[in-house]
Amino acid sequence: MNDITQGLLAALRLIVTFDAELWEISLRSLQVSLTAVIIASAVAMPFGAFLAVQRFKYRRLVISIMNALMGLPPVVVGLIFYILLSRSGPFGVFGLLFTPWAMIIVQIVIITPIIASISHQAMRELWAEYHDLLISLNTSKWQRIKTLIWDGRRNLLTAGLAGFGRAIGEVGAIMIVGGNIEHATRVLTTAIALETGKGDFALALGLGFVLIGLALFVNISIHWLSRTEREGRW
Amino acid sequence: MFPLTLSNLSVRRRGKIVLGPIDLVIDQGGPTMVIGPNGSGKTTLLRVMHGIERISEGTAEWAQRDHANHAYVFQSPVVLRRTVAENLSYPLYLIKRPKPEINTAVEYWIERIGLGKVANRSATRLSGGERQKLAIARALIRDPEVLFLDEPCSNLDGQSTREIETLLLETAAAGTRIIMATHDMGQARRLAADVIFMKSGRIAETGLAPDVFDAAQTPDLQAFLKGDILE
Repeated sequence: MNDITQGLLAALRLIVTFDAELWEISLRSLQVSLTAVIIASAVAMPFGAFLAVQRFKYRRLVISIMNALMGLPPVVVGLIFYILLSRSGPFGVFGLLFTPWAMIIVQIVIITPIIASISHQAMRELWAEYHDLLISLNTSKWQRIKTLIWDGRRNLLTAGLAGFGRAIGEVGAIMIVGGNIEHATRVLTTAIALETGKGDFALALGLGFVLIGLALFVNISIHWLSRTEREGRW
Repeated sequence: MFPLTLSNLSVRRRGKIVLGPIDLVIDQGGPTMVIGPNGSGKTTLLRVMHGIERISEGTAEWAQRDHANHAYVFQSPVVLRRTVAENLSYPLYLIKRPKPEINTAVEYWIERIGLGKVANRSATRLSGGERQKLAIARALIRDPEVLFLDEPCSNLDGQSTREIETLLLETAAAGTRIIMATHDMGQARRLAADVIFMKSGRIAETGLAPDVFDAAQTPDLQAFLKGDILE
């Protein structure tokens, strides 16, 4: 209990004193995770909608694989991408290892199946509701997908936020490909792991509370900006 | 685009015939009421004519093929999760009409169906009658040559039914061909110029409304008009 109190005080101290390092790693956490969510959403949401409206031979298999990939172990993803991005690996020439971009890439791989799967579920329900109307209006496949994405944007927002939650809290994969380098690839989760290893539980907890606050802030801000719980136009 | 010719047409589901075999020619005129007991194939016939039901055997062919010139109103109105005005603009947006034209059409139809005050409210919050009026206006906004309606008033109160019937009669008078399924014989008598009576997936009798209602030929139609239960 004492540790938690000290952690809260440490978090408060870091925030009130505008601790430069805290700002730096918090902003990097946000930058890495939001970039990963935006890129993953751009791929996963249309893919989820496509799976809802398109019937093809191996559709069920693709959906099963997509759902199974939601449980992808981050450490293994990190290890695979460490090998791929290291100097001797096939993508070593790009020099991405131990950069924020390597962290973004592994986060995209981890959260894309999550966002795609939740999007697909939401789009499938909406497609069942809209099917007859959109067929009768003689819409093209692309028009159907666009309509589902636009009208299902509240549910897709939830899918994006689920991806963000997973990304911002991720530590195993980004530790491996990012290296937790000070002023370069250190983010809140890897800093917490480092401080815990050093035995500075108060600071680790303080960073943990900042991380929770940051995640809540982003979630609430997006809900507020998108007016999801208000009497609205949609 | 007329006539629509259905030739030896059948629809099967899981191996069982649910419609047909049917031979029918739909020409200009109407409104045409498709009547018959539940499960007689009224909805399937309309869906086949609109081109949204897979045909198992036979053909359904318009003299000039143009699917975009039909519109369909479903028994349970489907409203998009958008505002009332956006629901109306949607079919025009799909065919890339210019924005001023879309705005003019939306303003006209929104006033015509009396939903001007809720134009910017979510359509999902409308009552059943308002939803159905919106669905009909959305179907009519592209100025279709043929409007199919599948029991559009089946769950509505008297006032909503009257408003929709008035709208349909005005639409028919303006030249849109109306083909509508209904199990409400009062409504069929009020709206029909001609009638198709269906039973067990087949057309049992057709004719002009006065002939069908006052001098039915088949025992099934006579029994149906008397209010007997047909199996």
